[in-house]
Amino acid sequence: MASSIPASPTAEAWRRFRRHRMAVASLGVLALLVAAVVLGPLAWRVPIDAIDFSAMTQGPTLAHPFGTDDLGQDLLARMLYGGRISLAVGFAAMAMAVVVGVTVGAVAGISRGPVDAALMWLTDLFLSLPQLPLLLLVIYLFREQLKGLFGPEGGVFILIVLVIGCFRWMQVARLVRAQFFSLREREFVEAARALGATPWRLTWRHILPNALGPVIVAGTIDVAAAIIAESTLSFLGLGFPPDIPTWGRLLFDSKDHLDIAAHWALFPGAAIFLTVMAINFVGDGLRDALDPRRVLS
Amino acid sequence: MGAFILRRLALAVPSLLGISIVLFAVLALAPGDPFAELATNSNVPPEVREHLRASLGLNDPVASRYLHWLVAMLHGDWGFSFISRVDVTTLIWQRVPVTLGLIGTSQLLALAIAIPVGTLSAVKPYSWFDRIASTIALAGFSLPTFFTGILLILVFSIKLDWLPFVYRSDVEATGWRAVVEHVRQAIMPVCVLGLFQGAGWTRYVRSAVLDVIRLDHVTTARSKGLAERVVVTRHVLRNALIPVVTLVALQMPTVFGGAIVTEQIFRIPGIGSLLIDAILRNDTPVIMGVTFVFSVLVIVFNLVADLLYGLLDPRIAYR
Repeated sequence: MASSIPASPTAEAWRRFRRHRMAVASLGVLALLVAAVVLGPLAWRVPIDAIDFSAMTQGPTLAHPFGTDDLGQDLLARMLYGGRISLAVGFAAMAMAVVVGVTVGAVAGISRGPVDAALMWLTDLFLSLPQLPLLLLVIYLFREQLKGLFGPEGGVFILIVLVIGCFRWMQVARLVRAQFFSLREREFVEAARALGATPWRLTWRHILPNALGPVIVAGTIDVAAAIIAESTLSFLGLGFPPDIPTWGRLLFDSKDHLDIAAHWALFPGAAIFLTVMAINFVGDGLRDALDPRRVLS
Repeated sequence: MGAFILRRLALAVPSLLGISIVLFAVLALAPGDPFAELATNSNVPPEVREHLRASLGLNDPVASRYLHWLVAMLHGDWGFSFISRVDVTTLIWQRVPVTLGLIGTSQLLALAIAIPVGTLSAVKPYSWFDRIASTIALAGFSLPTFFTGILLILVFSIKLDWLPFVYRSDVEATGWRAVVEHVRQAIMPVCVLGLFQGAGWTRYVRSAVLDVIRLDHVTTARSKGLAERVVVTRHVLRNALIPVVTLVALQMPTVFGGAIVTEQIFRIPGIGSLLIDAILRNDTPVIMGVTFVFSVLVIVFNLVADLLYGLLDPRIAYR
């Protein structure tokens, strides 16, 4: 580039991100998917629970572009509605995992000594827990109570976001702690400390902003992992109830009708696959963009 | 080597304790009182209820309840299934070999894919082979096991009718026919789990080999005139596999998750499908037992990984 003004970090990251063609394409796919589930139900005004026994397990037609299920309910409408929940769970669980992970990692990284050792022991412990069995156990034990507190939809949503978030923060915590360990010995942090900055200010203003790159990448991957986790729970029949047709739930309902209604499984499955793959590619591109050590030709 | 194994075994004890504390805490915090029914029953006076609670140790402090529970779990005293009235230990032991067989074979398949593909990708980074392999690996890693399972059933059982999609432990045939039947019904579950793990590990192997291949000792080996094959297998791969072993061990909880889903799709009678059935039928002793077994298995596999680590990297074992 001929310009003499150094690009801002954001512009530089965007320039690097654009070099990853699959990542840019995936970002487009992702934007399309989000727009579809957010705006789609406004345009496609078929009710998700309109039962029509004259159109049971039909393949794609003009009236039902994605076909119908065993009660003649329109699958496109159900997928658009369920997709909102699936994506919302993904982002909310990621947010929770990142908040917990950054807190644990930052506290461990700034405090050293026994606090650090204890927090890292906890992190390692969580890494070696059998996640899916525990997720299932927690949901089994607490589902009824949360349903009573927040209603059937809200209760299950909160529970699923909480448990998925609780099992995905460890990677972020380790990354943040490692970043803190290398950053806190650097000159600019030394200078801030010499000027009398409190540990809180050091963490919040000086170290954390510089440690965010890997966290953003890990957070992106976490959205994909959370979407898979929610779909897995729903697929096992232990996530959302049947009246909330998340993509995993649709697959669960379809799996006994594979021989007569393959489309019923293929559309939601493809939606999960497409979303997760797009997010993973975007994560890959972000890794290229945000890792300054990576030299791109 | 003996001291190393002992040290590792000693390190596994605190993690087992930690996991058992988490399990017990989940159980203790859970709402629902086993005596809720008695409380609403007017035929049972409150004193009797209190006495029952005390005799079962429900009024003891949490610490001593935990100790009792831990001792019972470690003794294999896991109670009886509410549904089938069978000892939970027997129920689980009948099914553990199936799950371990499924996991073992699929992990071998995963490694058989990941090590050669990952190495070839890293030897010529950004070549056509690497680009295609990396893209397929990322796609495979984004395909959730439950969807791959359904796809395989759709293609190979329903469209082509080549493979059975329900796993049966009581195959009717005998002799060779029975072996063939068992292999046929195991192909799809093993592929579902193995391909998913293989895709993820290909990425690990590739980046680990990329890290090692630029080191000086590799250049030295090449300049000695060693054949490229020897350099890659003896000098690069052995060093690259060390971090891969760690990552594989860290992945064990995910592998078990995949095994639960796979068993559920193909109705394989392992502990994963036992867990789901137990949850759907509110069979608490079985749920606790299976979760405990999964925890122990994760720790055992981490231990195996540690030992492998020692074998691959003598510096660790003899320190």
